Amino acid sequence: MTNVLELRGITKRFPGVLANDHIDITLREGKILALLGENGAGKSTLMNILYGLYKPDEGKIIVRGEEVEIHGPNDAIARGIGMVHQHFMLVPVMTVTENVMLGVEPTKNGPFLDKTKVAARIREISDQYGLEVDPDAYIKDLPVGIQQRVEIIKVLYRSADILILDEPTAVLTPQEVEGLFKIIRSLIEKGKSIIFITHKLKEVLKIADDITVLRLGKVVGSISPQDATPEILASMMVGREVNLVVTKQPAQPKEAVLEVKDLYVRDERQNLTVNGISFDVRKGEVLGVAGVQGNGQTELVYALTGLLPIESGEIHLLGQPIHRTTPRSILERGVAHIPEDRQRHGLILSFPVHDNLVLCTYYQPPFAKGINLQEKVIYENAEALVKQFDVRTPSIFVNVGGLSGGNQQKVIVAREFSRPIQLLIASQPTRGLDVGSIEYIHSQIIKKRDEGTGVLLVSSELDEILALSDRIAVMYKGHIMDILDAGKVNKEYLGLLMAGVHPEGAPLPAEGTVPEKVF
Amino acid sequence: MTEKDKNKTKSSEGIGGGALREALRVPALAVLTGLLIGAIAIVASGSNVFEAYYALFVGSFGDPVRFYNGFQQFFSTGETAGLLRAIYPFTESLVTATPYIFAGLSVALGFRCGLFNIGAEGQFFIGALTSAFVGYSITGLPAFIHLPLAILAGMAGGALWGMIPGYLKARFGAHEVVNTIMMNWIAFRLSDWLLNGPMKASGFRPVTPNIEHTAELPRFFPDPLRLNWGFLLALAVAYIVYWFLFKTTIGFEIRSVGANPDAAKYAGMNIIRNFVMVMALAGALAGMAGASQVLGVDHWVGQGFSAGYGFDAIALALLGKSHPAGVVLAALLFGFLRSGATRMQSIAGVPIDIISIIQGLVIVFIAAPDIIRWLYRLKSVKVEETVLTRGWGR
Repeated sequence: MTNVLELRGITKRFPGVLANDHIDITLREGKILALLGENGAGKSTLMNILYGLYKPDEGKIIVRGEEVEIHGPNDAIARGIGMVHQHFMLVPVMTVTENVMLGVEPTKNGPFLDKTKVAARIREISDQYGLEVDPDAYIKDLPVGIQQRVEIIKVLYRSADILILDEPTAVLTPQEVEGLFKIIRSLIEKGKSIIFITHKLKEVLKIADDITVLRLGKVVGSISPQDATPEILASMMVGREVNLVVTKQPAQPKEAVLEVKDLYVRDERQNLTVNGISFDVRKGEVLGVAGVQGNGQTELVYALTGLLPIESGEIHLLGQPIHRTTPRSILERGVAHIPEDRQRHGLILSFPVHDNLVLCTYYQPPFAKGINLQEKVIYENAEALVKQFDVRTPSIFVNVGGLSGGNQQKVIVAREFSRPIQLLIASQPTRGLDVGSIEYIHSQIIKKRDEGTGVLLVSSELDEILALSDRIAVMYKGHIMDILDAGKVNKEYLGLLMAGVHPEGAPLPAEGTVPEKVF
Repeated sequence: MTEKDKNKTKSSEGIGGGALREALRVPALAVLTGLLIGAIAIVASGSNVFEAYYALFVGSFGDPVRFYNGFQQFFSTGETAGLLRAIYPFTESLVTATPYIFAGLSVALGFRCGLFNIGAEGQFFIGALTSAFVGYSITGLPAFIHLPLAILAGMAGGALWGMIPGYLKARFGAHEVVNTIMMNWIAFRLSDWLLNGPMKASGFRPVTPNIEHTAELPRFFPDPLRLNWGFLLALAVAYIVYWFLFKTTIGFEIRSVGANPDAAKYAGMNIIRNFVMVMALAGALAGMAGASQVLGVDHWVGQGFSAGYGFDAIALALLGKSHPAGVVLAALLFGFLRSGATRMQSIAGVPIDIISIIQGLVIVFIAAPDIIRWLYRLKSVKVEETVLTRGWGR
């Protein structure tokens, strides 16, 4: 057995940070190496070095026994290294063929593109690995799982035999994950070698041949999946014992805090993405909204928080209608919102931590007297919250953009939890976060629930939904497929609902039907 | 002050605290590099670089010999004439800097809210016209009423001219860049008509009548020195803008909307209201630039009254990183360069356009600081760049 790729003593320093500290990793031929680590552990830096985007300060890269220098993605591809990014790099209005040939366009008869040749090659690759991708389909018409396969085809088309998959399961349904794993196994059978980057412990145990764990820029250790358990991996990643199971008492639900009736919402492109849904959230319970990303959850949350106008229907908070009011009025009535895209909505990255902590309350006493900001109070507030919510920051005066993802999220949680709230809307609250931060944020959400706050949890992570929810609503194409008691469901059942299939064979709700405007 | 307070870097304020040195280093090197490359242009135009830059220095700060003689005369005879003559170039630089400060603040305020106010020039014109109108048409008022009234008139005129594109953006989503440019043209042609018609003084030239003495910004020295209270007013307004932007809830909103409109909306801020308000305030500041020029320096308005102050203001705001203190420094720099250039042309025979080249170079280096960092092998420090303006269609 030979090693196709070895990194030896890779060290990369950024001003003030040792991102990679003498990292050694080994990828065996025809094997899957899982690279595990919290955010900020140095995985991305390491992969960017391997992909030629950063130059290492020390260390060497050995591909098939030969020491190489990689100066850019083209170099990496020439050495047979291909990367499938977490965020797909596809042009939606182009076909699969056009996307695959971008950057390496073969021509015939002079300047004319030879699409047939590329399409034929795509079919070949697709058949070889069981990818089932139609070269003539437009990207925008393909589901996320297939788009990911297009990304895989892109690197295979460029003859890569070392594939780096960066968090490939983050956007997939459980069924799609199974599909991806099948593809990965067929890639391995055909002699490819794969580096699989993830933070999902169970997947690692299921698919990997070798596991290497990074923490704070160093290799903590390598372990084989036979010897590992989720608990062992989590404690290696975090450096301490981690409680993977959220401990919670049964919910004590009381009266409804949020009532939604026949809600229809259009997204920014005027597509009807929330298609007539009704539900309520009661005080002291967590209602989980499960669903594959892009099935109307985002627009539902925007409508509830006043960020998108509604098409029709009603939203009541503690009996008061809020569907025709401003975001500020909704905030002031006690709605806290942990937004899905924390960098877009939740934070002003170029503002210091202390200002982000008063982003919703800066105009209220004690933070303002008249129009005068009370800087001293704002600073004291920040110092207290940073301590209480364990935000790791050099000081409250650094820009929040300089913090890690987990700490950015803690800033949002600290801000939203520090004012009196009736309803918490948490949208993908732990996306991209490390195990330690996830554990913390989950426990905070349950704590709020136990204090009597109603919680609406939107997440595309089924594990998260199952761990926190008391009831679970599954969204598919803007409809609620069903609302279920969390104690009575399992992952497979939810997975089918998320894919739009009613396990009993009940018919799907009709699509895109809008009632007559009721106002 | 605690130890922590001393160490803090007020990063969101751009300049200040520990970030001061870093913030000043690139602009300073940009100016130096601009002068060095400008020297090449001077050589190419067939002049002596040292002679030219000495004339630039003398023209902007004053002649050391004259200072020496002036002081000597003052201490021996108590006669101030020589001294006044010596400080004349320096005061003229400050006079030139005054409208730059106001107009630069106008553009900087817009930038802080994510708005690109190209309309400062038009707002400058309208402010000049409205303040001149109040200045000459009303008679018999005491100065302490007439002068503030004339300044307010300038602010109101500019504010109106800024608010219109602000409203159009808020109500119809029309981009402020296009609309402020259009408003500029309307202002230019409107002023042409006013100066040839309703506001024309008796005589042949298309100029307004002179304003009443009661509307004039008082001067510090006898003629021909034109330095007046407008300069101190500009510094005071710069401080007020600083306080407004960084110490008040309204400023917090403006900066939030500018830095991340999505997060501002999430936090319950009214983006549209901020757009209209900031454009009106920016217009008021540019209007004050026009008012200060009329009430303090010229005392009347004629065609082609502005020397492009409103357009140079965009460069000033960039140069000053949209921070009031930075804008004041940049305005002083431009004031000194502009005012010295006249002398450079008359003494050293170097075309005044050389100064435009130097200014242009400085702006390029400020806009692309990596050039300077590369030239001087500075460590690239990842400073959060202030978002100046957003692309089209936001």
